[in-house]
Amino acid sequence: MLTVGAIAEKLGLNIVVKGDISQIVSGCYISDLLSDVMAHSNEHNLWITLQTHPNTVAVAVVKGISALLLTNGRNPEPGTIRKAEAEKVTIMVSPEPTFELAGRLYQIMKSEE
Amino acid sequence: MKYYKTDLHIHTCLSPCAALDMTPRRIINAAVAKGLQIIAIADHNSAENTAVAITTGMNYGITVLPAMELTSQEEVHVLALFDSLKNIFAMQEIIYDSLQSGVNDKTGLGYQLVVNEMDEILAYNKRLLLGATALSLGDLVRDIHSFGGMAVASHIDRQHFSVISQLGFIPDDVVFDALEISYAMGAHEAKSQFICYNGIPWVTSSDAHRLEDIGRKYTTFLLNEPSFDEISLAFKGKREIRL
Repeated sequence: MLTVGAIAEKLGLNIVVKGDISQIVSGCYISDLLSDVMAHSNEHNLWITLQTHPNTVAVAVVKGISALLLTNGRNPEPGTIRKAEAEKVTIMVSPEPTFELAGRLYQIMKSEE
Repeated sequence: MKYYKTDLHIHTCLSPCAALDMTPRRIINAAVAKGLQIIAIADHNSAENTAVAITTGMNYGITVLPAMELTSQEEVHVLALFDSLKNIFAMQEIIYDSLQSGVNDKTGLGYQLVVNEMDEILAYNKRLLLGATALSLGDLVRDIHSFGGMAVASHIDRQHFSVISQLGFIPDDVVFDALEISYAMGAHEAKSQFICYNGIPWVTSSDAHRLEDIGRKYTTFLLNEPSFDEISLAFKGKREIRL
């Protein structure tokens, strides 16, 4: 099983808030609507999003998300960082767009199966 | 005190998504026909048609509150009501500075007409009014309050551009003066679905983009006079609000 740390390394992600990066990642959910993530994401998903708001951390905790990945050069808001540190939620960032990151992640996850 | 039929969310032809005949003059006529006494003109990220709507409203006995429907960085829509043109234009300046750059070429995203009281076109607003600002929801609401305005969470029952759809729930540090239920949902349904927010006042409005939509939903306020200050008192629980 892939871990958050392994994915960060393979995709060259910058870890802004380091939670438990030994957590497994069993799947991925991509959405910028938090209501949609609450409805459809699964436990141990990596969540790829453009949203930088502190509510993302709350949703990640509620849904058991393994880590957040902010794409396209977006950075978490200061309040998001504070909340993620308190909740030990990993937030990673990348300058790459979502499509490229998702494509590479998909390949990595398929090759692990 | 008197009951006032109030529609706090009406777009004019300045909004890229609104019908071209949504001129302030026609909106006021439609409001009179629907028996409304108070309306708010709320275009996307701009207030350039509010002054003419206010003066036209005066001639027909309709109180027009200056408002804008603002877009936060998270693409949450917030209905911002102000007490004066001075304050709304000060807020508009902040919005224009933080609105995403780009030019609306008028064929793609609507014409965005600035008009006068005779329905004559004065200008095409070239900004991307349908775009998002760089302001976080928290900063946006704080800015609205700093200009003496009231922040109403737009159509919270909708699947897009609402605080609930974009952010899942209302953040603790964001203080809305009221929550708006869209025309599509009944008051009882909304109150049961969003029971956790029952401590915040509710309004319902038309979100009209076409003349025939004006007043399809409205809120009734029991007020001393049709004014921003009285509605503000209603949002503080000191005046009756009926959905």
